[in-house]
Amino acid sequence: MFSYTIRRLGALIPVLLGMVFIVFIMIRAIPGDPAQLILGQQATKESIQALTSQLGLDKPWYTQFFEYLGGLFKGDLGVSIKTDVPISEEVWPYLTATIELSLVAMLFAIIVGVNAGIISAWFQNSWFDYIAMVVALIGVSMPVFWLGLMEQYVVSIQWDLLPTTGRDNIRDPVEAITGLYLIDTLMAGRVDQFIEVIKHLILPGFALGTIPMAIIARMTRSSMLEVMRSDFIRTARAKGMKMFWVVYKHSLKNALIPVVTVIGLQTGLLLGGAILTETIFGWPGIGTYIYEAIGSRDYPVIQSGILVIATIFVLINLVVDLLYAAIDPRIKYK
Amino acid sequence: MKKSLWLLLSSVLVLSLFLAGCTGSSEKGSSGGSDSGGKKGGGVLIYGKGGDAVSLDPATVTDGESLIVTEQIYETLVNYAKDSTEIEPGLAKEWEISKDNLKYTFTLQEGIKFHDGTDFNADAVVKNFQRWAQSKDPKKFAYYPSMFGGFEGDESHVIKEVKALDEKTVEFTLNRPQAPFLKNLAMGPFAIASPEKFDTIGKEPVGTGPFKFDAWKKGDTITVVKNDEYWVKDLPKLEGVTFKVIKDNSARLNAVIKGEIDLMDGMNPSDKGKVEGDDKLQLFERPSMNLGYLGFNVEKEPFNKKEVRQAISHLINKEDIIANFFEGTAEPAKNPMPPSISGYNDSIEDYEYSVEKAKELLKKAGYEKGFKMDLWALPVARPYMPDGQKVAEAMQASFKEVGIDAKIVTYDWGAYQEKLRAGEGPVYMMGWTGDNGDADNFLYTLLDKDSIDSNNYSRYANEKVHKLLVEAQSTADETKRNELYNKAQEIIHEDAPWVPLVHSTPLLAGSSKIKGFVPHSTGSQSFQDTTLD
Repeated sequence: MFSYTIRRLGALIPVLLGMVFIVFIMIRAIPGDPAQLILGQQATKESIQALTSQLGLDKPWYTQFFEYLGGLFKGDLGVSIKTDVPISEEVWPYLTATIELSLVAMLFAIIVGVNAGIISAWFQNSWFDYIAMVVALIGVSMPVFWLGLMEQYVVSIQWDLLPTTGRDNIRDPVEAITGLYLIDTLMAGRVDQFIEVIKHLILPGFALGTIPMAIIARMTRSSMLEVMRSDFIRTARAKGMKMFWVVYKHSLKNALIPVVTVIGLQTGLLLGGAILTETIFGWPGIGTYIYEAIGSRDYPVIQSGILVIATIFVLINLVVDLLYAAIDPRIKYK
Repeated sequence: MKKSLWLLLSSVLVLSLFLAGCTGSSEKGSSGGSDSGGKKGGGVLIYGKGGDAVSLDPATVTDGESLIVTEQIYETLVNYAKDSTEIEPGLAKEWEISKDNLKYTFTLQEGIKFHDGTDFNADAVVKNFQRWAQSKDPKKFAYYPSMFGGFEGDESHVIKEVKALDEKTVEFTLNRPQAPFLKNLAMGPFAIASPEKFDTIGKEPVGTGPFKFDAWKKGDTITVVKNDEYWVKDLPKLEGVTFKVIKDNSARLNAVIKGEIDLMDGMNPSDKGKVEGDDKLQLFERPSMNLGYLGFNVEKEPFNKKEVRQAISHLINKEDIIANFFEGTAEPAKNPMPPSISGYNDSIEDYEYSVEKAKELLKKAGYEKGFKMDLWALPVARPYMPDGQKVAEAMQASFKEVGIDAKIVTYDWGAYQEKLRAGEGPVYMMGWTGDNGDADNFLYTLLDKDSIDSNNYSRYANEKVHKLLVEAQSTADETKRNELYNKAQEIIHEDAPWVPLVHSTPLLAGSSKIKGFVPHSTGSQSFQDTTLD
């Protein structure tokens, strides 16, 4: 298992290199000139040329690529063209904001999704099953944009229960230490702020978690149904075991592999795919950071931002693969 | 071991089942008594905006999201009046202009200190101007060369020398007269920063303004706090201002309604009714200094024919567009500059909406059967055009009446500008928000032949217009200057390189507790007089 992990980590390097290369080529293929966008509408032709050469964008693409790559191997993610700040310094608050939101969203999606899927399979064709699967279908196809604004309108404004936007109360801001506000507020011993942060997480967490929740619920249900038809389940029931244990112990264990796969994929997707939720909820996350960089053709930020997300994505996948072995002893890595 | 792992997993899942059941109730419990947190401002105004600042060094930025913040921290030598672009004293309490308009001598306010405790004096002013003029770095200082004709040593550079005559007197010597010189000096980007801190003011700004920089959470909030030693007595009235980024316009309005933020810009015109109908809110209208227009590339067939351009001018029903897409928060435009700017020619009669006249003109040009064309629609919401796509569709429908078959095309904002600059757009929607409230900043910047390859996307070149505009640049006499601009507008109207569409009124929504806030036409203003009761 250990050597397997090492080998897998080694295999990450070509994957990430390939990804960096593709992103590098793709963002340069889209029209739009970073110099023009930085200088704005007021710019003159001369100043655009001067800036282009100052940024090194007039060099051949392969020179630029290897310069960037050389920096990466030294641990240098580059400097943002737009703000002139090193990306490694700039990206951290955005990344932690996204991680916190994604984890909450996934927690919600897993708890609700897995259980809904299990119960639906257990009581197949019951009213619960029907309602749960219709809700899941709606959840999958719900436009996040609309859902977010509706949440704000109903829960925040009409019912006055939760705040509409942001990570904390702007009038009593959280002092960032790690960037994960749930931890920061506890480190500072501010329980009131901790509760405030949780309240700010509920609406965007729900909006972001809805789609993965629905996908997880459907996957759990179908996987459970398959397992529950197998012989060993019938045996378990025949020997008089309580249905609850049959479902939550014997069936779930065997149905978990595809569910864990889906959970892993969805977690990775949330990291970069939370742009809509971030936009609606004023959440300073990495999706927005990269999205805005694309708008201003901030090449280093796009490249390094995607690289950071991709790295986390493949690491999550590795963890999922290792989890297989933990869940199912028949799977062994050598 | 396997068994215990399995037990652990299943117990987590069972626990999660219970938790899932509980979340609903705990949600209500924890937020029931939460209302007290948000409502009392304690004199700190929270301002919601659509994007984060790029940098807090005003000379290096061109975007409104940065300038609205730097406006609170820094000050300029001269200021715009609170509700117009007239010039008033700022850091300079008075000034003298030589007869040939080449020497400006400023007397500075005394006893002012930067937020870092160093003295503001003539020397500091000189150092700021040297920093911009001598850098020759267009990346760092984008506005300087475009407002003052280039950097030091460039042929067209306006400022020859900036000299400190004594502690409180600064003398500017110009290479050639520049009529809008004082208006340029009042622009936010040319605010005076502490020379000691030039290297770090992008992140930790140090100026002389009513508020001091406190903190910047990237992509989230920027906080400024009251400057207790501010040189104007009894100002500022607020304890501080926090700028909060909420990208989506509707979500930002939700935050205002909820009272989480006090004021927002970039309100959707369609939300106007919602704000007016809520007595806890008030609506602010920013005086218009912008223009949305439809441009023709006059080098391309068939738009090289004046009659075709005039015909299309007759085909656009501006009143309809304003009623349907601006909720009435705009006025129809007939000139390539807004009426609030000195030199506006009000005697010009706009091309009336008339399909008949359009047909006549097209016949004259030999296009009575119409033609096919690409219509470039603005891809992003801009203050002068909240929904370019829909306005383009409305125009498309009216073009059809005379057989002009318009295909709507669009690119993302970056590509759109680049392609227009390269002269690729045959018929395109565009707009402009004035920088300094001067006619030159519209007519010369957008329609002079010198501006081809930059902002003259129509590639319109008229010698007569060029002469008038260049003469106006160095004419100091206001009446004479306005006459020149009036004439230029007549010629431009006849040539019709554009159809001026609208001057929109950008909307802001705020809590009804806000007093003393006057939105300025340049797009940013100081909050020093603003209060929250």
